[in-house]
Amino acid sequence: MSQAMENEGLPGRPAIVLDKVNKWYGTMHVLRDVSLSVAEKERVVVCGPSGSGKSTMIRCINRLETHQEGQIIVDGTELTDDLRALDTIRREVGMVFQSFNLFPHLTILENCTLAPIWVRKMPKAEAEELAMSYLERVKIPEQARKYPGQLSGGQQQRVAIARALCMKPKIMLFDEPTSVLDPEMIKEVLDTMISLADTGMTMVCVTHEMGFARQVAHRVVFMDRGEIVESGPPGELFENPRTDRLKLFLSQILREH
Amino acid sequence: MSQATATVEHIPTAARAQAAVASLGPWAWARANLFGSWWSTAVTLALGYVIARVLISLFIWGVVNAVWTVPYSNTGVADTAICQNLKGVGACWAILTDKYRLILFGRYPYDQQWRPAIVVVLFIGLFVVSGMRRFWRKELALVWLVTLIAVGILMWGGILGLPEVSEDYWGGLPITLILATFGLAFAFPLAVLVALGRRSTKLPAVKMLCVLYVEIIRGVPLIAVLFMASVMFPLFMPAGVNVDKLLRAQIAFILFAGAYLAEVVRGGLQALPKGQGEAADALGLSYWKKTGFIILPQALRLVIPPLVNTFIGFFKDTSLVLIIGLFDLLTMGKVALSDPPWQSFSTEVYIGLALVYIAFCFAMSKYSRSLERDLNRSRVR
Repeated sequence: MSQAMENEGLPGRPAIVLDKVNKWYGTMHVLRDVSLSVAEKERVVVCGPSGSGKSTMIRCINRLETHQEGQIIVDGTELTDDLRALDTIRREVGMVFQSFNLFPHLTILENCTLAPIWVRKMPKAEAEELAMSYLERVKIPEQARKYPGQLSGGQQQRVAIARALCMKPKIMLFDEPTSVLDPEMIKEVLDTMISLADTGMTMVCVTHEMGFARQVAHRVVFMDRGEIVESGPPGELFENPRTDRLKLFLSQILREH
Repeated sequence: MSQATATVEHIPTAARAQAAVASLGPWAWARANLFGSWWSTAVTLALGYVIARVLISLFIWGVVNAVWTVPYSNTGVADTAICQNLKGVGACWAILTDKYRLILFGRYPYDQQWRPAIVVVLFIGLFVVSGMRRFWRKELALVWLVTLIAVGILMWGGILGLPEVSEDYWGGLPITLILATFGLAFAFPLAVLVALGRRSTKLPAVKMLCVLYVEIIRGVPLIAVLFMASVMFPLFMPAGVNVDKLLRAQIAFILFAGAYLAEVVRGGLQALPKGQGEAADALGLSYWKKTGFIILPQALRLVIPPLVNTFIGFFKDTSLVLIIGLFDLLTMGKVALSDPPWQSFSTEVYIGLALVYIAFCFAMSKYSRSLERDLNRSRVR
């Protein structure tokens, strides 16, 4: 557990701690003794081949998936079946999905204000002001009155980021945010994420965008077959992979791009 | 020319028709769609002939030769001799002009029938108001409550100087509207809860109860449920406790409709992508807020067509209360026909009743289409 802290050298208490987490789907062992600690303001990129458990791991952090063994502590609270604790954690953890998951029956603005109004109990006017400020930050304030279906994929994903930010989370989770986007839209989403990184947000990001990883990540975690195989600063990990599995993965990724 | 070539020629005709409508008006449309080939011309002419013959005979029977009033004897008995002579040649609408108040309001005291009439108007007003989206606010529940109370006061009386009228004298359209409106109004929320319960993963006991409820009710005919409510239920009650017959039928109806609607709602819940619920969870919305703001609004608009289908079905099924001795609209039609001078004019009565049912059901289906269009406007892709 403490090994992660030494690796990247950021001070501060850990925002997320996974300790020997195990998870099975039936008989399939999808997470094997996964231990990871993410410090406050640290930015971690998780990569690995498909089916390696990286999405499952990130979804365990806000309990969209439940783990069966081990301990997950987020922002000082352990994830258990206690619903009240779970609500507190989800309030502080924003998530961006691969398929955006905007609410198609609500306008862009309503998508962004729903949770602040009903979870944070913010007055409507204040929530709208906040939402507009974040929509400006992701550079689409002019779309506020439209519905998600009227926007491009890249715009929808930026709205999804703004929607998560409106809850003023302490931690942001990204689950392959660019993998269903066209190449020209990937850049606009990555730019948004890079500018978010500049604000010092704690981020855990599952992605194959190695350029992004190099630019913003303090640490890259490589997963394969449900376990963390290697982790370290992006430069080190990409230049000198120690395991064959990472070498193989990197050669495949580089050939693709 | 063989059959095959005719069909082949037909395909481009339909495509051409689309363009023709826009550019050349009804004549071009008719040419393209009705007389596009010798085959479709033949079908058009044949069908046109049949339709014209039916409409003309119907017009002659229903309007030209129809009898609208009959003379009455000194004792007030209708003299239906003219109608009897015209049987099969002209319609005897006189039975409707003579009996319409009996059919619409049952055996409700004649001089008090303005009360059920107002009830009918109240219901129609309630439907119109509830249908308008700008009235979809919390206050609408209050409107329903007030209407329910007003309907009760008007029908029962006994206060505000209204003479009391026992339920035994209620009948006709108010009974049909009471059963259908309150039946569906209570069955729908019940259905939503049952559908949610049936999908619950955290509460296995609740889930099992919901499955049992739906499967048992669906496995039994409505007539059997009504019989149980009217005949068997009182046997189980302690002596002296008497839940009235209309209320028992109403509850049976709610339970029955609830089971069917629950499955429709569940279909909508299942059609919703899993990501919607996950996104709501990730934002920290509680179960009920997630369900109320994200899941149900989307799931319900997906199932508007089958929902309205079920609504229309149950509106008509209210006529089954006949078998437990409640006098709904259809039953009152039968009662009207039991009057000796009028006994042979059932066609006219059933046509009149059909028109009332069609009016309500057509309004429902028309409204559902406009609702679907409005609500799905945001789903452009």
